Amino acid sequence: MTKQLVKGNEAIVYGALLGGATHFFGYPITPASEIAHAAALYFPKTGREFLQAESEVAAINMIYGAAGAGGRAMTASSGPGVSLMAEGISYLAGAELPCVIVDIQRAGPGLGNIWPEQGDYNTVVKSGAHGNYQNVVFAPASAQEMCDFTYQAFEIADKYRVVVFILSDAYIGQMMEPIEIPNTPREGDRKDWALYADAESRKNLITSIFMNQQIQSDHNKKLQNKYRLIEHELLAYEEEETDEADVIFVAYGICARICYTAMEELRTLGIKIGMLRPQMLFPFPSRPIQQLAQKVKKCIVVELSDGQMAVDVKLAVNGAIPVLEYNWMGGVVPTVKEIVERVQQDMKGGAK
Amino acid sequence: MIKHQKPRAFFDTFERKGPGQKNTHYCPGCGHGTAHKLIAELIDELHIQDRTIFCSPVGCSVFAYYYFDTGNIQCSHGRAPAVATGIRRTHKDSILISYQGDGDLAGIGTAEIIHAANRGENLTVFFINNAIYGMTGGQLAPTTLIGQSTLTSPGGRVQSRDGSPIGMAEIMDAIKTPVFIERVSLATPGKVMRARKVFKKALLNQVQKRGFSFVEVLSPCPVNWKLTPSRARRWMEEKLEPVFPVMNFRETEDLKINKETIPPVLKGEDLLNVFRVNKDQLHPPKAKEISDQFVKISGFGGQGVMSAGVLLANCVIAEGRNATWIPSYGPAMRGGTANASVIVSGKNIGSPLVDYPNVLIAMNLPSLNIFEEKVLPGGFIFINSSIITRKVKREDVKSIYVPASDMAKQGGMLAAANVIMLSLYMLASKVSDIQTLKKVIPLSIKKKEYIDVNLKIVDIAIEFYEKNKDAF
Amino acid sequence: MNRVEIHKEECKGCRLCVDACPKHCLIPGSGINNIGYQFIEFESERCTACGICYYVCPELGAITVHKKDKGETP
Repeated sequence: MTKQLVKGNEAIVYGALLGGATHFFGYPITPASEIAHAAALYFPKTGREFLQAESEVAAINMIYGAAGAGGRAMTASSGPGVSLMAEGISYLAGAELPCVIVDIQRAGPGLGNIWPEQGDYNTVVKSGAHGNYQNVVFAPASAQEMCDFTYQAFEIADKYRVVVFILSDAYIGQMMEPIEIPNTPREGDRKDWALYADAESRKNLITSIFMNQQIQSDHNKKLQNKYRLIEHELLAYEEEETDEADVIFVAYGICARICYTAMEELRTLGIKIGMLRPQMLFPFPSRPIQQLAQKVKKCIVVELSDGQMAVDVKLAVNGAIPVLEYNWMGGVVPTVKEIVERVQQDMKGGAK
Repeated sequence: MIKHQKPRAFFDTFERKGPGQKNTHYCPGCGHGTAHKLIAELIDELHIQDRTIFCSPVGCSVFAYYYFDTGNIQCSHGRAPAVATGIRRTHKDSILISYQGDGDLAGIGTAEIIHAANRGENLTVFFINNAIYGMTGGQLAPTTLIGQSTLTSPGGRVQSRDGSPIGMAEIMDAIKTPVFIERVSLATPGKVMRARKVFKKALLNQVQKRGFSFVEVLSPCPVNWKLTPSRARRWMEEKLEPVFPVMNFRETEDLKINKETIPPVLKGEDLLNVFRVNKDQLHPPKAKEISDQFVKISGFGGQGVMSAGVLLANCVIAEGRNATWIPSYGPAMRGGTANASVIVSGKNIGSPLVDYPNVLIAMNLPSLNIFEEKVLPGGFIFINSSIITRKVKREDVKSIYVPASDMAKQGGMLAAANVIMLSLYMLASKVSDIQTLKKVIPLSIKKKEYIDVNLKIVDIAIEFYEKNKDAF
Repeated sequence: MNRVEIHKEECKGCRLCVDACPKHCLIPGSGINNIGYQFIEFESERCTACGICYYVCPELGAITVHKKDKGETP
């Protein structure tokens, strides 16, 4: 199939509709608005539902309704909007409703600015609302992955009845790249637990309230078992040049792209560096990182945050090797040159 | 014969409340049971049980799903109208009941109710107004009367501190879209019977797909009002009803029902075709081997720097190489300097950011000022000399001066100076064949009337290149 | 004959039906149900099966109203 030049944010909508999305409810926010623009065009054009909600709070609750009614619903936003959705996400998790949420991360906290950051990691990967729950989280690093991961996200959401996040950033969202669209359109099946406004589904109840402590406790255990199953069944990451590496980058999204170029330059300079790029952040590729920690001497986590993912890397490494944090915040994105120079400096320090 | 008995729309026993349960969780004399019973009777009467989905709120009626033998969804506080909107857009023939209390609808959920009403969602809202927060034990509600004591207004509601009791039916009446708005009271048997008629109208509107119906129900909460059930009814007539007049606000009889035009749901090949592109007709030449290009195209908003970058990336991928395009974006773009970064490579592209370009296309002076120093030694700077009067200071780069704006103006479209510059960059660098650009332009330009003029401008650029080959 | 059937275990003794009945057919009983409420009793031949008690009753199934069949002696 011919490749076409598509913006990351628009590729989300291509992947969504080919992945069986039926509803888009959203509220505009830079740098995620192009997703709503494309959805407003393509959802109605293909007979699906698009609605601009009055707020992110309303949008996530419209998703709750549509997902409860058996639809494959989605929204897209950025940090401030995702914060507003927090309550609804907890309800979705509690009621076990599937949906897909895209977070095109911008700088925070507060209003912050519209340039890229990865400071929503904790809020999305560690699930930033009340209660014990977990989202499945994809971390695309190209327009192609924006399309492909969104395409897959609906299947995963339905299969496990979970919220699936596409955790991206302003650059991956704003960037145009050639993509190939998936060639098998998918559709959701009828769900035996959902509300179809018919006799067969009349008995169904969508809720997250269980007034008996033991039943609520059992429900929590059921959710936890589901998350353990997901950890067992899902994992997505890529390794580059790790076979004979002395040091590895761990990075996702735009940082992974920058690190890839930095890695190529460093290798020409004689530094044996590789990279592990998580394509999913929950489940996190802890085991592969742990295994690499047996082979390499140092690990460098490159993030546009205060080291939120580095915590997970450190847990995986478990003290076996030093874990360095290269952190940028506020919308400042490192140049390849900066990273190359810093690695050269740090490698002098002794990881021979 | 039985004249009145528990409606069939209720479960026989309330198992969700506990095995074998037959009574409600409501306090003695509470209005919810009466309102529930009216709704359940009407569900029976209108034969809509199977297709009804009851949206329960947060508040005492959070447990409505214990009782109603319909589809049930429990909503977060105040959001039932948004949840119902989501369901409505999934099942067009469903009957959706949003049953909300005063904290839920008139407090935390004001945005959702107003916008669902304004959209005219085909929905029936029952707003149970008992002027107090019942479930949490009797705190101030938005509808609490002035002077009324609650746990959070122990000396009585004070207007200067707590505001006035809010009239939601009146607020609804300020919105054009709802088809039916009425406030009823459950204070007396006669008023209960009037409420039944109103409830029926509100549900029937939905069955007939007429739109949004809003029924405010003044309802007693004897326990939190600290009154007996009988005295609570009298208090409603004496105190509550004067503040919240029991009346019809709107009844739209001759409503034209808008037939929705629902576009067909595309599937399979039809769906794929929406997203497929066919670039086979381009027959582009195979790309020439050239080094990786890190291109920065910069100018002011409206000079087409973004679209020049997109055209370049499209030409390159048509010829089988990789490209990335990334814009400057956001408020900075609006009226300010805009730039696009394009990377062209035969390999996978890592970072899409162009920190140090080897090609700079500067469309205005600020662009040259910002990026001149960043250009890699041996790189190219294309200068729009129609606008930029100064010369490039760097001596380790190749500078090419093109009166692009003048040339574009002569060609009939000042705004196409970007195409002049792009064409000349392509001709000079061979990053892409100029014929590929001529094939890509018709596919990329949205306004079809601009295609010919852009193609003509490419020819003007070619002519310029041939005449000034030595300069490149 | 016309008759109001009070399902005593569902009655919470709020007495709204007592107040509402135009024919004064309903009276607070002397008995207490299993939950602990003093339930209402039906005690009259004046009942017209108007159904007002049914509508004002806040419980969902506590009251059933029977109307005499045609031909039945009142």
